[in-house]
Amino acid sequence: MSTTATSPLPGNKGPGSPRPDTGSGVAKSAKPVTWKTPVLLALLGVVAFVFFGLMGPNQTAEFGISTDSDFFQLPAVEVPAFLGGIVLSVILLGLAAYAVFLKTKDQAAPAWLPITFTVLFVAAFLIWVVGGARTPSISLAGLIAGSVTLAVPLVFGSLSGVLCERVGVVNIAIEGQLLGGAFTAAMVATMTRSPLLGLLAAAVAGAVVSMVLAVFSIKYLVNQIIVGVVLNVLVSGLTGFLFSTVMQANKAQFNSPPGLDNIEIPVLSGIPIIGPILFKQTLVGYLMYVAVIVVWLGLFKTKWGLRVRAVGEHPQAADTMGIKVNATRFWNVTLGGAIAGIGGSFFTLVAIDSFTKEISGGRGFIALAALIFGRWSPIGAFFAALLFGFADNLQSIVTIIGTPVPSQFMAMLPYLVTVFAVAGLVGRSRPPAASGIPYVKG
Amino acid sequence: MVRVLKLELRGITKRFGSLLANDHIDVVVEPGQIHCLLGENGAGKSTLMNVLYGLYEPTEGEILIDDKPVSFRGPGDAMAAGIGMVHQHFMLVPVFTVAENVALGAESTKAGGFLNLDDTRRKIKEISDRYGFDVDPDALVEDLPVGVQQRVEIIKALVRDARVLILDEPTAVLTPQDTDELLDIMRQLKSSGTSIVFISHKLREVKAVSDTITVIRRGKVVGTATPEASTNELASLMVGRAVSLTLDKAPAKPQEKTFQVSDLTVVSPTGQHVVDGISFDIARGEILAVAGVQGNGQTELTEAILGLQDRVHGSILLDGEELVGRSVKDVLNSGVGFVPEDRSVDGLIGTFSIAENLILDRYDQPPFAKGISMSPAKVLENARTRIDEFDVRTPSGLLAAGTLSGGNQQKVVMARELSRPLRLFIASQPTRGVDVGSIEFLHKRIVAERDHGTPVLIVSTELDEVMELADRIAVLYKGKLVGIVPAGTGRDVLGLMMAGIAPEDAAPAGSAEKTRPGPDTPETPRTSTASAEGGDHV
Repeated sequence: MSTTATSPLPGNKGPGSPRPDTGSGVAKSAKPVTWKTPVLLALLGVVAFVFFGLMGPNQTAEFGISTDSDFFQLPAVEVPAFLGGIVLSVILLGLAAYAVFLKTKDQAAPAWLPITFTVLFVAAFLIWVVGGARTPSISLAGLIAGSVTLAVPLVFGSLSGVLCERVGVVNIAIEGQLLGGAFTAAMVATMTRSPLLGLLAAAVAGAVVSMVLAVFSIKYLVNQIIVGVVLNVLVSGLTGFLFSTVMQANKAQFNSPPGLDNIEIPVLSGIPIIGPILFKQTLVGYLMYVAVIVVWLGLFKTKWGLRVRAVGEHPQAADTMGIKVNATRFWNVTLGGAIAGIGGSFFTLVAIDSFTKEISGGRGFIALAALIFGRWSPIGAFFAALLFGFADNLQSIVTIIGTPVPSQFMAMLPYLVTVFAVAGLVGRSRPPAASGIPYVKG
Repeated sequence: MVRVLKLELRGITKRFGSLLANDHIDVVVEPGQIHCLLGENGAGKSTLMNVLYGLYEPTEGEILIDDKPVSFRGPGDAMAAGIGMVHQHFMLVPVFTVAENVALGAESTKAGGFLNLDDTRRKIKEISDRYGFDVDPDALVEDLPVGVQQRVEIIKALVRDARVLILDEPTAVLTPQDTDELLDIMRQLKSSGTSIVFISHKLREVKAVSDTITVIRRGKVVGTATPEASTNELASLMVGRAVSLTLDKAPAKPQEKTFQVSDLTVVSPTGQHVVDGISFDIARGEILAVAGVQGNGQTELTEAILGLQDRVHGSILLDGEELVGRSVKDVLNSGVGFVPEDRSVDGLIGTFSIAENLILDRYDQPPFAKGISMSPAKVLENARTRIDEFDVRTPSGLLAAGTLSGGNQQKVVMARELSRPLRLFIASQPTRGVDVGSIEFLHKRIVAERDHGTPVLIVSTELDEVMELADRIAVLYKGKLVGIVPAGTGRDVLGLMMAGIAPEDAAPAGSAEKTRPGPDTPETPRTSTASAEGGDHV
């Protein structure tokens, strides 16, 4: 794609142009320590103490660790809910107090502190919810395995986002790519009776959606956010229309895809907790792990990745080094779409055995949040997606065992976690400098 | 030994729509020479070099290397032909390390496309040692001082075997000391066989290193010269008419000190003290010029006075009135004229007409406002007067201000700020990106305002401008006041102060003469630090 110069201006000043502020300029000091983290932790600590501690239930909460198929069994963990709540919330308050203490000495809380706090808070919450339920017992193994399953489309979606934003294109269309992938996978798998072909078709569908984004945002310089939003609506409308006119009319012929089978790796899949997560997945599940690692290695360890990141940070610099900025962007965005498309096939080939309208249910946007929470890193995005998957799964399990908390509140959980995670617990993260800015030569 | 190469540009023409940026330009860069392209901002030097570097395609003309025509479809082709370029705005990815930046585009890889940065590190070390660059391959570029970043850019070109190195306004961002080092590096490169195309509008530097000088004006080659030519000759060639480079300025007659800043501290949103405990005063009829490398607190200082900064401690007194804590409008109305450093962002509204821009600060006052309505006739009348008075070159006051050249835009800003009675005049980078002819005019207006009895505060990163205008010079470094020295203090002393060294340590023993060089100062030999060249700020 050759863009000819049309302006006498010496080029759009690269977003990464070195600041005139020099080393001889204002000294760089560490980021100032704010009250945000200590105050947030203290508030959460008080909430934990009052609700999970003082108002804690009197039952004993039981957490199953092994499943029947494990090759050795571990006993279930039983926690007296009231005592557990008190102990954990006191520890939480202690951690919060430590953060406050550090702040008074103008030191930032070390990274382990909010992480430990989050883990313990979740534990206290679990004990409280399970302890107060009609059946005070859940399977921890099932909870975690389910979280990973629910996280699969999120991970693929956020990897798509990582690939696009790292090269300088904002991808709001993840939702559309997931939905397009889900629809195409269902249709093609049904017609060919081959889930593998369905998977492949999903990747193509995602890539096609992405190409539209790429052409309009890179070649025609349309605002990337707007193209993305429009694409989401377009894909939603198109799949919805085809669903009600084609699929529903003849379900057997167009909308009863054969699913992907679970592939169990002998012995390893029997390890409690991690066995089912790592070694008892469908093809899409295994692909997810592979994709995370490959994208990470690719972005940070290869020549391709160096060029991609340069294009996303300072396209003009890349251009002057002979790298074709817009071509790099185009192919990266297309690749991102293909990955999101594969994620979309999860809905129709693994989770549910047919396509329905809006089957992706806004997960593309949660994937976007995971990408930001994960600080534009494939591995960070993976863990962020896991967290959201966990919140999603928790709310459904907790509803099943019958908690006193209204189910509507529980259903808000994943979104609450998203907001808090993105706004509160991450420090200020820095997106690729040229993300969202089209590159015009000259 | 690097193979030397002869580069020739023949009849290069570059058109952008109706604008003719380069008009049949012929330049021959002989092997192993430092060839300077001298011209004002906007003369077409950078466009020409972007054509040479393959970033633009020429409308007409050809490029010859060793007498063979070549065509570049992109920077990759130019690099392959042995042409390297250091851009005015560095082309470095700030979040990459030096090695990653150098490797980019010419990566060494292991099997499977995995990066092999060790190879790049070794090359950087090699070049760094050969030229005494002292660059750490694993440092993040954003943490490096500008001078070092520039060396990284040079390394980038050398790693790619550049035999012709284009340096586009390389000294614009450097301290005087860094500049001298760069000039040394250029001489070293030349002696090892690299030709250099040096783009500049600073006569002192051009005279110091060039072998041949080609002068470009409005997209055309208007002449060639040797470095022996006098500064005045070069300047006249560059501008197209005789210019006086030395400002006729009577000695200041300072009266009472009406403007006092004491213990002023400005805290940035990130908690840094960007202005740190500064105290100074300015008398009526005196110009205090603030020198310093960009980003040492100058912007924040002027903004604090105007009321644009939020976290300001200390006191700013104008005729005994406290300015800290007052609104911008209030400060302006109390008689402060302010020329911001970036006219296109803070000084003008490009899409508004010149006439409207001339009353931005007084649109709500008579005679321009009557109740809730405005009087267009009065606005236009005011515009006519100001346009005449400030020699703004425009057919009409109704044209959008954005269509004017840099120099004329600056005249509009200056006209607006100087057209009401002032008790303090602040001008930040008053002549940045302005042609030489306008510089002369703007400087005269500033001096006239001083002679009118207004205290004047000038902020400039151009040391020549500071030396030219100042009655006293204050130097800022990392938000602190290094010292205030009299006008006529040598360039080398000021340079050291700009690097944070106190004036008493910076002044070499015996050179404490503070006399201002007269306009008759003879041409200095090309090797000396030109402390006596008061005039050639261009």
